[in-house]
Amino acid sequence: MALIKYIKPLKNNFYILKISGKYQANMGQFFMIKKDSQSMFLNRPMSVYDLEDDGIIFLFKKVGKGTAVLANCKSGDEIAIYGPYGNGFPAEVQGRIALVGGGTGIAPLFFALKQLKKHRKGYTIDTYLGLQEKNDFESTFRLYADYLLVNYGQFITDFVPYAKYNTIFSCGPELMMKKIEKQANKLKIDHYVSLEKRMACGVGACLVCTCQTKNGNKRACKDGPVFRGRDIF
Amino acid sequence: MNCLLETKFSDIHLKNPIIMASGTFGFGREYAEIYDIEKLGGIVSKGLTLNPRVGNQGIRVWEASSGMLNSVGLENPGIQSFIETELPFMQSLDVVHIINISGTNLEDYVEACDKISREKVNMIELNISCPNVKENNIPFGIKEITARKVVREVRKVTRIPLMVKLSPDAEDIIRIARVCEEEGADAISLINTFKAFAINTKEKKKIFNNTYAGLSGPCIKPIALRMVHEVAKQVKIPVMGIGGIINYQDVLEFLMAGARAVQIGTANFLNPKVGEVIIKDLEEYLTDNNISNISDIIGIID
Repeated sequence: MALIKYIKPLKNNFYILKISGKYQANMGQFFMIKKDSQSMFLNRPMSVYDLEDDGIIFLFKKVGKGTAVLANCKSGDEIAIYGPYGNGFPAEVQGRIALVGGGTGIAPLFFALKQLKKHRKGYTIDTYLGLQEKNDFESTFRLYADYLLVNYGQFITDFVPYAKYNTIFSCGPELMMKKIEKQANKLKIDHYVSLEKRMACGVGACLVCTCQTKNGNKRACKDGPVFRGRDIF
Repeated sequence: MNCLLETKFSDIHLKNPIIMASGTFGFGREYAEIYDIEKLGGIVSKGLTLNPRVGNQGIRVWEASSGMLNSVGLENPGIQSFIETELPFMQSLDVVHIINISGTNLEDYVEACDKISREKVNMIELNISCPNVKENNIPFGIKEITARKVVREVRKVTRIPLMVKLSPDAEDIIRIARVCEEEGADAISLINTFKAFAINTKEKKKIFNNTYAGLSGPCIKPIALRMVHEVAKQVKIPVMGIGGIINYQDVLEFLMAGARAVQIGTANFLNPKVGEVIIKDLEEYLTDNNISNISDIIGIID
């Protein structure tokens, strides 16, 4: 068990949750977390939003029963956390990079942005976010992104100048990632998508998060959550 | 310390009575990355069928109060691929391996069991109780006549110790257990998941494409315990208890009710190292209570 350092409500039902402790993770990896057995049964998968020396940070949106329980947590509460799990975004990427995120899909992209800027100096990384309304985390992205475009209420995919990029990381609604893959395919861009699925074990054993790919069934938790866009769409 | 938990199940020697249940532990590889799974008593493979299956479409998991519903639909690589790519790993482990075999018709059950019987395996668990297979609206384990038929035909093709996994949805679970014994089963495991249902009231839609799904977890434990208690008294072959076990107290209950060993399923999802935790806690319990071997508590409750 770990302790909650703080939980901060943001606009539009988004929350920032920090759990104390020393953690390691690659960009795109996730953890399984749960408040306690009385209020939640299964652990919930959450992508890493940020890592600090004294804790790990998740960005999530209150959408159902589990996230409602997490949203009601207080600092000092005990919380179960397992991970890191899964295959994240590739560390070796080529050329000019775009990160495209929609909704809570922006969480793993912030961690990717920070990691890429830290470990791959000299990379140009542009970020495109699609949100329903203005939110507090935009300024955090602005600290690291070479260029940041945030769009409210429209399709962010309509605002990405695809031809400029060699690599795209995306995470968000399936329709968004599908549209990006269509462009990526046409322009021969390396496109990596991070999928969100309901999970139980998180480690690749139970097969409830199976997704269909061009190479047959794959486990979102173990083979993913990051896949090549062309294998999924 | 270890001999505290050593026990026998049928003719198989177990380091301890803690076995990981089918469908919750893959073929052991994933958990082997997380802890030393050779500490376990045994591992039951993911359910295998004669031919590969891609499993069910749509949502496959849904949370319930103290439990979960699953609708995986026996996604598996098929028995031949399993023998070539996964069985060598299971055989290489210093832990008892049990191969779970399922089917949608009698011929497939028999052929799959025949194939696996040509390999060196510790035990077969015959799954006649999966609620998630569409072609097979009524699992073989619901009615006495079909249960008898499948156990009889499988017994003809295998000399490997045969354990039959029963469904809580059986018309008469005691009767089905007796039928399995009469047809030559070496052991019984119970219970599989309950056939259950969930509805998305907001969208007025059923959650699962396959309509019904299998309920597991602590919410089914008291019923599973009752069934194990009833069945263990009525058959001479050993019973392996399954159903909602999440800690060592649950294990003790099943053993006291008459199970000679237990399977841990859904609890693996809640804490990936739960097997290790339960084994350690059981050892402590026996030491603290001056019990020299776990077998001493088996079936002590009338």
